Amino acid sequence: MLQTADLQFSYDNQPALQFPDIQCGKGEHWLLLGQSGSGKTTLLHLLGGLLTPQKGHVEVGGTALGTLSSASRDRFRGQHIGIIFQKAHFVKSLTVEENLMLAQKLAGMKISKERIVQLLEQLNVGHKLRAQPDRLSQGEQQRVAIARALVNQPDVILADEPTSALDDVNCTEVINLLERESNAVGATLLVVTHDGRLKERFGKQIKL
Amino acid sequence: MLLSLVLFALGVGLISLLLLLSQQLQEKFDKNLAGVDLVIGAKGSPLQLILCNMYHIDAPTGNVPISAARPFLNPNHPLIKTAVPVSVGDNYKGYRIVGTDYRILDLYEASIGEGALWEKTFEVTIGAGVAADLKLSVGDKFFSSHGFIMDDDLAHDDADPFVVTGILAPTGAVIDQLILTNTQSIWAVHDHEASDDADDEAHEHDHYAYGDVHTSLLEFPDQDITALLVQFKMRNFQTLNMQRSINENTDLQAATPAIEINRLYSMMGLGEDALRALALVIIFVSGLSVFISLYSSLKERKYELALMRVMGSSPGKIFLLIVLEGLLLALIGYIIGMVLSHGSMEILAGFMKSSYRYSFSGAVFLREELYLLAAALGIGFIAAVIPAIQARNADISATLAEA
Repeated sequence: MLQTADLQFSYDNQPALQFPDIQCGKGEHWLLLGQSGSGKTTLLHLLGGLLTPQKGHVEVGGTALGTLSSASRDRFRGQHIGIIFQKAHFVKSLTVEENLMLAQKLAGMKISKERIVQLLEQLNVGHKLRAQPDRLSQGEQQRVAIARALVNQPDVILADEPTSALDDVNCTEVINLLERESNAVGATLLVVTHDGRLKERFGKQIKL
Repeated sequence: MLLSLVLFALGVGLISLLLLLSQQLQEKFDKNLAGVDLVIGAKGSPLQLILCNMYHIDAPTGNVPISAARPFLNPNHPLIKTAVPVSVGDNYKGYRIVGTDYRILDLYEASIGEGALWEKTFEVTIGAGVAADLKLSVGDKFFSSHGFIMDDDLAHDDADPFVVTGILAPTGAVIDQLILTNTQSIWAVHDHEASDDADDEAHEHDHYAYGDVHTSLLEFPDQDITALLVQFKMRNFQTLNMQRSINENTDLQAATPAIEINRLYSMMGLGEDALRALALVIIFVSGLSVFISLYSSLKERKYELALMRVMGSSPGKIFLLIVLEGLLLALIGYIIGMVLSHGSMEILAGFMKSSYRYSFSGAVFLREELYLLAAALGIGFIAAVIPAIQARNADISATLAEA
């Protein structure tokens, strides 16, 4: 479902980062561990098509990202890849519901309020439907961000340090949610982190 | 963002107001040229002569004795088709009472709407605007007042009252704002005044000695009029010579309305140009301010825009989004500006009506205002295009990584 070969990327005037090849099957849960500065975020951006590698290629669900034009890569990402960031960000002027509708709309999917309501309820934030995202607590924001990543039923979910800002209780809860929800849509989950607490939770691990 | 909007609305509003004003003013002036080729009156400013006797704005340059105007009143004059006498100097509640004869109706293509034209001395026929504003109807009586503004101390209440015999149909020309009577009525009003102290019993009702509307003014060589509105049979070098010889060889003055009005336009044009330049500067500054505010707001929205890319929006869509924002600002600014200009035109129209007796309107829309819309949208687009390119080319990976 998610595979890379011979992936290499370098920022301006810096030594090239070489990444190990990745092979994640459909519905599998993977942990990508690495210290700060090891290129975790860079790899996640390469996998999500936010960056273009200098060498090698990324394939998501049989589509090589490098063969897509910039605009169709954006659309492909919107439809097939859900990304969760360390800190949840939203379009500030829109409500929670509108943010999720925007995610459907921008990906070119049909807008389904039903799906949005159901998803938010699963994540225990159904009552925040019409709230401004700024007004939510950290934990609630992270749940809405997960809902946004899942709303288009993606094939692959990429999570960048989803737990590093959370305490142990919330950490466990978020990981539980991520596993449960990716199982629910049958998505491949890849969590990128330096958070040692997660080591026990994932059988399949990659080290950078 | 609000500042740019206000500036934009101000610039658009100012330009639109200028367009409205100058267009309506020119239309009024042109309409009231009324085919008059020459105005003959007392010496003084030619522009004042025209403004007083044709547009009824300014004060008279002075009076002309019938004896001096005699040659032009001759119905067999070889060059003159008509010469309509005009006597001004009195008003009723600010509306000018004009002593003249029936031919003034032909000049302005006016016709009687209700009642009849004046037949005798102290009978008046009023313009549609006067009737509507003062709520006068046929049969009403009033006393005139000396000068051009209402002043009870100057009322001619010792003379007989005027009687309204008819109301003209509306024309849109200045005649709507006039009270018309025969020339003799004006004389009769002032006869009373002059003879008050003399205690001259013989003057009792001697104004009827002026006869009726069919009596020629030429029978009263000692009386005055203010001006003559002249139409030539045809314009040629003889008519030009006539104008020159009046100005050089007599105590009278002859002025050509079209020339004087063009002179007025060019004088107004200077002020108009300055205001227009000011409005353009305001619009330019507002365009700049739209640019700056869009550009600086990109910094705070950088993450939102990157997020939209993550959610599937293409760089082209981001570009469009920012451009649309610029266009929307311009459109809202334009609409506010239009409301401002047409609103203030409507308010101005009220003032102009009371001080100049001209009716203007804020409910008129011009083709130029469509061009103004295009220009406004153009400025909105130009102001937005650089920030939009910036947003389109933003490095979303770097933005997301640093947050």
